[in-house]
Amino acid sequence: MSAGTTCRLTPSCPNVSVCARNYRGPVVLVLAAGQPDLEAARQQMALSLGWHIVIACFGVGFPALVVAAEAVGIRRRDPDALRLARRWSKVLAVLFAVGAVSGTILSFELGILWPGLMRTFGDVWGLPFAIEGIAFFIEAIFVGIYLYGWDRLRPVVHLLTGVPIVVAGVASAWFVVTANAWMNQPRGFDVGHYLATGEVVDVDPWAAMFNPATPPQTTHMILAAFMVAGFGTAAVHAVSLLRGRTGRYHRLAFLLPFTMAAYVTPIQITVGDWAARFLADNQPVKLAALEGLEKTQRGAPITIGGIYVDGEVRYGLEVPRGLSLLAQHDPNAEVAGLETVPEDERPPVAVVRTAFQLMVLIGSGLLVLSAWFAVAWWRRRRLPASRWFLRAAVLAGPAAAVALEAGWVATEVGRQPWIVYGVMRVSEAVTDAPGIRAGYYALVGVYAALTVATVYVLRRVAGGGGSDSGDAWDQPPPGDDVVPRTETGATGPR
Amino acid sequence: MTLPEGVIALMWVGVTLYAVFGGADFGAGFWDLVAGGDRSGAGPRRLIEHSIGPVWEANHVWLIFVLVVLWTGFPRAFAPIMSGLYVPLIAAGVGVILRGAGFAFRKAVDDLGSRRLFGATFALSSVITPFFFGAVAGAVASGRVPVEPGAIEPFAPWVQPTSMLGGALAVATCAYLAATFLAVDAWRQRQAPLVSRYRRCGLGSAVVAGLIALGGIAILRADAPRLYDGLTGRGLPLVAASAVAGLASVVLLSRRRFGAARAAAVAAVSSVVWGWAAAQYPDLIVGRLTIAEAAGSRATLVAMVASLAVGALLFVPPLAALLVMHARGGLEARESDGNGGVPPP
Repeated sequence: MSAGTTCRLTPSCPNVSVCARNYRGPVVLVLAAGQPDLEAARQQMALSLGWHIVIACFGVGFPALVVAAEAVGIRRRDPDALRLARRWSKVLAVLFAVGAVSGTILSFELGILWPGLMRTFGDVWGLPFAIEGIAFFIEAIFVGIYLYGWDRLRPVVHLLTGVPIVVAGVASAWFVVTANAWMNQPRGFDVGHYLATGEVVDVDPWAAMFNPATPPQTTHMILAAFMVAGFGTAAVHAVSLLRGRTGRYHRLAFLLPFTMAAYVTPIQITVGDWAARFLADNQPVKLAALEGLEKTQRGAPITIGGIYVDGEVRYGLEVPRGLSLLAQHDPNAEVAGLETVPEDERPPVAVVRTAFQLMVLIGSGLLVLSAWFAVAWWRRRRLPASRWFLRAAVLAGPAAAVALEAGWVATEVGRQPWIVYGVMRVSEAVTDAPGIRAGYYALVGVYAALTVATVYVLRRVAGGGGSDSGDAWDQPPPGDDVVPRTETGATGPR
Repeated sequence: MTLPEGVIALMWVGVTLYAVFGGADFGAGFWDLVAGGDRSGAGPRRLIEHSIGPVWEANHVWLIFVLVVLWTGFPRAFAPIMSGLYVPLIAAGVGVILRGAGFAFRKAVDDLGSRRLFGATFALSSVITPFFFGAVAGAVASGRVPVEPGAIEPFAPWVQPTSMLGGALAVATCAYLAATFLAVDAWRQRQAPLVSRYRRCGLGSAVVAGLIALGGIAILRADAPRLYDGLTGRGLPLVAASAVAGLASVVLLSRRRFGAARAAAVAAVSSVVWGWAAAQYPDLIVGRLTIAEAAGSRATLVAMVASLAVGALLFVPPLAALLVMHARGGLEARESDGNGGVPPP
């Protein structure tokens, strides 16, 4: 991590800093002369956020499943459902802890990596984070009560202590995403005055929070969280069903999350359409990048699949007027192309477009899977008989997480080169500190270890319920409140 | 008191709560680290798990609270502090991740190998994290955080005597606080050997913390004269109160008055935290940035205070319930079988 001041290619060249800025080769050179290491800062942020976002989705969607299982258990006096709720609540404990700490590091990184953003706009967009802190606090308090209150509270009271976890989780997601929406649609200060003078005046944090991108983005994200948590949890239990563990416990463990996700999926696709149409009106360059549309045109076509090379999409399936129809619900509407802004204000189209296509593809697949399930349930009140359904459900779990990441890449990279759309570039916000790349590599190691450990622990916690081939599951387990508690070995085997 | 000063006071309440409750949780990790081998350490470790299990996440939120209030209310201080002290802050951030994950993971598994690994991660990071937070405090308090954007030094702002003092004092204080908390918990559970263990630990760490604090007087005088003047000037009553409370808590601990000893230890830590605030008032970064200069827009400060007030109405009752239930043993872990009440298959 040397910060030498001579260029290694041509040591005599006087123009070191310009050279280093334009050089796209090995990173050692970019680090020379104390240049801000934008790429390392960006990758560190992407890694931390991309990791946290998956866990956070479980943090938002999973408590609803735990509470639902407990509600079923209490209402129907169903010991299997109560067992499930208990086991899931242990999973919740692990996920919540990991989500809490991986989220904390993000607020460190916002200041460490992007001081230009925080110094200038901290008071404009900070409010939702403060409120999110409160929501998170409420969540943490009730998680503490819920997890440790299983045998200390009356069943209905215990169930009720789970409800604030669900509400606060959704609220947290809403507030955090309003802040991200602000980066796309900055409001709550005098933009013209800032662009002219670099001075932030007329701050209105509520206007920043309720910016135009807030409704579509928050809705899209919260529904995504329920899909990721639902399909993810269902996938784990689909594996059990495929392995022949088809007792009530495992059927319920699959049905609850899968039903939740299947309900949400069609709504999510409608919301996705809304979010894309929002871009057409408010962030046209991002939409143009999502679709790889170079020229502004009426009756713009949409291209499905293919790859974006040298300003055009090749090998794709072109649907005439498709984009105009989707974006404005009018086949002849004009859609702005990338050419509307100078080249240095365009996002990297190939990345954005590929991510977007991937998200849409997976979303469509999940819709088909949900429909398959809905039809079978509607006709026969049971799961589709085909094993291929369960195999697809196993795949749907990771696929939903991939769609989540792809959608996130599409929206975040699609905003580039701006950190605050149209107002501040990422390069203006980044820290000058040396050695950011070293910190990034260290964090890669930490997150790799954390991933391995989390998966390992979750397998230990969630697994192990594997021997339900017999009718043991029809007997109420000891320690659950639907049966009189025995004095001896309340938690021991019978 | 101006509005920004009011918001800083609110944030300082968060700093105090994090120093006391978060500090006690970190200190518990310190005692976990030195609890001994698998067999001899099993009892202490079970007590530690019971003691911090239900509350550490709620206590952790005070850190988040401090961060968001600082960045929303005082963006011109947040940006230089975070970016200027990025090395100790990344280290502390990694420590936060490993501490939380390690603790949660150890609770969730039951085989010895993984419990050892996760436990060691939890315990080691519980020592590292407060050290780096203390170093950050030392850099802010000795005015070594450059405020203007420009070249950032990775080590110079915090590799200096005041930060090292801050780090060492933080670790020792956490250990001391935790010992008094653990002694109370062990006493409530009627675990005589653990009671005397943490009584001993508390007395030992009190001596260490006291020696560090005494030595610190000389260090601050030479290395951070402005802070020293503040501590011996405006902050003197609070510093003196802290010393008295600290001594009282040692006496109470040795006389086995555990509840009172814990209260006195909390008072000692709280007073020194407020003594530090008084000493550097009206500066937010000593000698470089005042509270008024760092403050964000008035509209944001008003909105934040209003939101926090509404939020407090929502979170204070359940928080009180959680702490009371925990204190009364209502949330006693019945999970010593490591299986959460789920019958083994």
